[in-house]
Amino acid sequence: MNDSVNAAAASPMSRWPAWARLPETWIVLALAAMPFALLQAGGSVDTAIRILIWGLFGLGFDILFGYAGLLSFGQAAFFGAGGFVAAYLLISGAVSSVLLATLIGIAVAMALSVLVGWVSLRRVGIYFSMITFAIGELAHFMQNSVLSRWTGGDNGLPGVPFPRLKFGERMVEIAPGWGMYVMLAVIFVATFWFARRLVQSPFGHVLNAMRINPDRTLAVGHHLQRYKMAALVVSAAYSGLAGAMLGVFQSYIGPDAVSLETSSQVVMQTVIGGVRTLVGPLVGAAIWIFLRDVLQQIPGIGGAWKLILGALFVLAVTVMRRGIVGEIRHWHRQRTARAIAGAAVAAAAPPRDLAPAIDTVQPIRASTAATRVAPGAGAPVAIEARDIRMQFGGLVALEQVNLAVRTGEIMGLIGPNGAGKSTLFKIMTGELRPTAGDVVFGERTITGIGVREACRIGVSKSYQIVQVYPELTARENLYVPILARQRGAFRFDVLRTLRGNRAMEEEVERALRVMELHERCDVTVSEMAYGEKRRLEIAIALATEPQVLLLDEPLAGLSPAERVQVVQVIRHAAVGRTVLIVEHDMDAVFELADRITMLHMGRNLVTGTPAEIRDNAAVHTAYLGARDERPAA
Amino acid sequence: MPPTALILSQVFHGLVLGGMLALVGSGLTIILGTLGLVNFAHGALFTFAAYAGWIVYEQTGSYLVALVIGALLTCALGLAIERTLISRFYQRPHEDQILLTFGLGIVITEALRWQFGGVGKTMPVPELLSGALRVGPIIYPEYRLAVFGIAALALLGCYLLLYHSRLGLIVRAAIEDTVMVRMLGLRASRIRSMVFGLGVLAVGVAGVALGPIVSIYPDVGARFMVHSFVVVVIGGLGSFPGAILGGFVAGQIQTLTSIFDPAYSDLMLFLVMVIILAVRPRGLLGVEGRQ
Repeated sequence: MNDSVNAAAASPMSRWPAWARLPETWIVLALAAMPFALLQAGGSVDTAIRILIWGLFGLGFDILFGYAGLLSFGQAAFFGAGGFVAAYLLISGAVSSVLLATLIGIAVAMALSVLVGWVSLRRVGIYFSMITFAIGELAHFMQNSVLSRWTGGDNGLPGVPFPRLKFGERMVEIAPGWGMYVMLAVIFVATFWFARRLVQSPFGHVLNAMRINPDRTLAVGHHLQRYKMAALVVSAAYSGLAGAMLGVFQSYIGPDAVSLETSSQVVMQTVIGGVRTLVGPLVGAAIWIFLRDVLQQIPGIGGAWKLILGALFVLAVTVMRRGIVGEIRHWHRQRTARAIAGAAVAAAAPPRDLAPAIDTVQPIRASTAATRVAPGAGAPVAIEARDIRMQFGGLVALEQVNLAVRTGEIMGLIGPNGAGKSTLFKIMTGELRPTAGDVVFGERTITGIGVREACRIGVSKSYQIVQVYPELTARENLYVPILARQRGAFRFDVLRTLRGNRAMEEEVERALRVMELHERCDVTVSEMAYGEKRRLEIAIALATEPQVLLLDEPLAGLSPAERVQVVQVIRHAAVGRTVLIVEHDMDAVFELADRITMLHMGRNLVTGTPAEIRDNAAVHTAYLGARDERPAA
Repeated sequence: MPPTALILSQVFHGLVLGGMLALVGSGLTIILGTLGLVNFAHGALFTFAAYAGWIVYEQTGSYLVALVIGALLTCALGLAIERTLISRFYQRPHEDQILLTFGLGIVITEALRWQFGGVGKTMPVPELLSGALRVGPIIYPEYRLAVFGIAALALLGCYLLLYHSRLGLIVRAAIEDTVMVRMLGLRASRIRSMVFGLGVLAVGVAGVALGPIVSIYPDVGARFMVHSFVVVVIGGLGSFPGAILGGFVAGQIQTLTSIFDPAYSDLMLFLVMVIILAVRPRGLLGVEGRQ
């Protein structure tokens, strides 16, 4: 995310004054030029107004789909709600101010979106697209039947008045043409500014993280449902505003405002223009509306305008995946990346004002690693699994399993494949509810409370299969858990900036330094080596500041050199913390662990110090098979 | 209380509609369950089938030929887009797949609109079935009964194919564990094509069979697709028996609500879906854990 920000910082544009680097400046210039370009090309100012309305509509959709990853096919329901409510209030005379009617329209669209979200966000993505599609059709159907008393049914609502502005004694009516274009341009720039601030805020960062890796984002403590709902409500507000503006502009709102056509047009124009760019929907709207007007006038193929635009859309989905704005930005960024490749290290330096604070952060690994002392037998238990039984259908994965980890201890959990280690881990992090038995953390029973809640109270897990955010940089990866800790499970802080949060930057620097990733902090994770991703994976779990850290095969797939590095990292992570580690690398487990427990076929086999385990006959038997096994007769 | 004859006749309507929704929903759910892909071109393929059936009927005058050729043409179109485009998207995120199939649906629908215009076409009811039959207290059109029969036969065919054939065994195995099926050396791409073809064939049969009942226009499929989404959500995503149950439930809800006020039929269907989602999120016959 923050692509524009990154690009700006890295490109020659950074020499420009701050106001010139603001996207809004460019939007203002583009909007000033657009009507003239359209007039040259045979369009009209009204075409430009339509483009703005659809661009406005698309801003909300881009936040919803581009950032939150929710592909809605029912945006017309909100668009229509805003349009019809505002139009009805104005025509019926209940409200005389266009501004007030619009605000009420927006509020109704937002309220409707809460209902829609309540229904459609209960399950995963596929459901959301299917159900919003159905809701869009339902809204269309209801406009024409149950609600036709208020919406005018097929006839729609004609006679929406134009807005009036009071200049001293004079009332000025804003009619279609230049007046309305300027009004909408002002609205567009203001709402674009809001959208840009939103996607660059901590809130926007969590939305983006949620789209890229929902499971991990939940696991570090974010309340995904609320973020999804918030994104939907914001998109509904944009839709409602755009719908109300359409009514005001046309002096009429018709059934097409709630149709599937409308929902699909916003999807298609956004994809063609470029998802996750905010400018893309406006560009897409311009292309869509301009081409439609042009194509319709060509005899012979006029009737095929939507076929041609549909084919363009399929082309965008298959070949030009980033959309027009996205492809241009991608090309530009690759060019600047090549240009500054030599200065990569310099670019990785933190913002200048933060630098002194970070320089004082010492590489603490070497000094503290030695200070860790294994807790004695009298140390209190940090987390405990009691009499766990886990049954999947007919398969008993765990039976009567007990495991107590003492505060400050590193405990190794070993056992052959299929012993039930990963299942036990899932139970201990609250992800899975056991068939019987309890998990106790400190004083509290945390059986099946869910990963998010477990994370919140201080139990965190590093995954066996690396769960990072490949599209983000290492720094941006670490923002995700830190934001959860700083801001809680949900916060709508859309006008804050993500960057310049001094405490967070310091923490990120420290975490990356510990993992020896600080020179790679602005590298996109998908370009990192496996060992680096593995260290980042552990860093994310650590950044939630857990009291109990569970590491699921942290050494799997590492080279010998990386292995040494990660073992050191774990030893450091264990200072002042309780660690439970599952690992097949026995040398590492014996080296790290204070105590080891072994699971075999879903049961506790033995628990003891590394020396005791090493000499235990049952352990050897479990791993290597019984010595006295006779060949089958 | 409305008269018994009216209720009975609506129940029959509901059975016919339900059978068709079950068929369209089955096509959707077979593809969804096996390939993990929501086919947003499903409605467009329905429309295509209706047009194909109408043209073949105009040319040959034989209803049976129209049904067979129309459904097969639809299946061929489905296979063509699966081979050329959709097959490249199986590894991509769901959203990309949805966008692609949605776009293909638009292209198909708009090509039909361009070719045949927006005005509805009517496919005549075949001569042989144009009469009406006395069923208890009501008189019911023979063709509608025949449509129910076609739906029942097609669903039976799907059932036999899915539960009593080698392909079906593989398909059901693939629903459980796609990776394992591939590791067993079965040609995943061919199985996928066959499954996609089967799903489209189901919607093809429905599209032709409904031709004489509904007016054939470019957007006719969109409504059926919306309803089949609801059917699949009610029945449980990817569940074949669920789609059948969901189809008949949806058919009855729609027609019985229409006795009182047709304007509320969609709303009622939707409310039932919301209630089911709230009480049993995985759908009536959905499997726990499947997303």
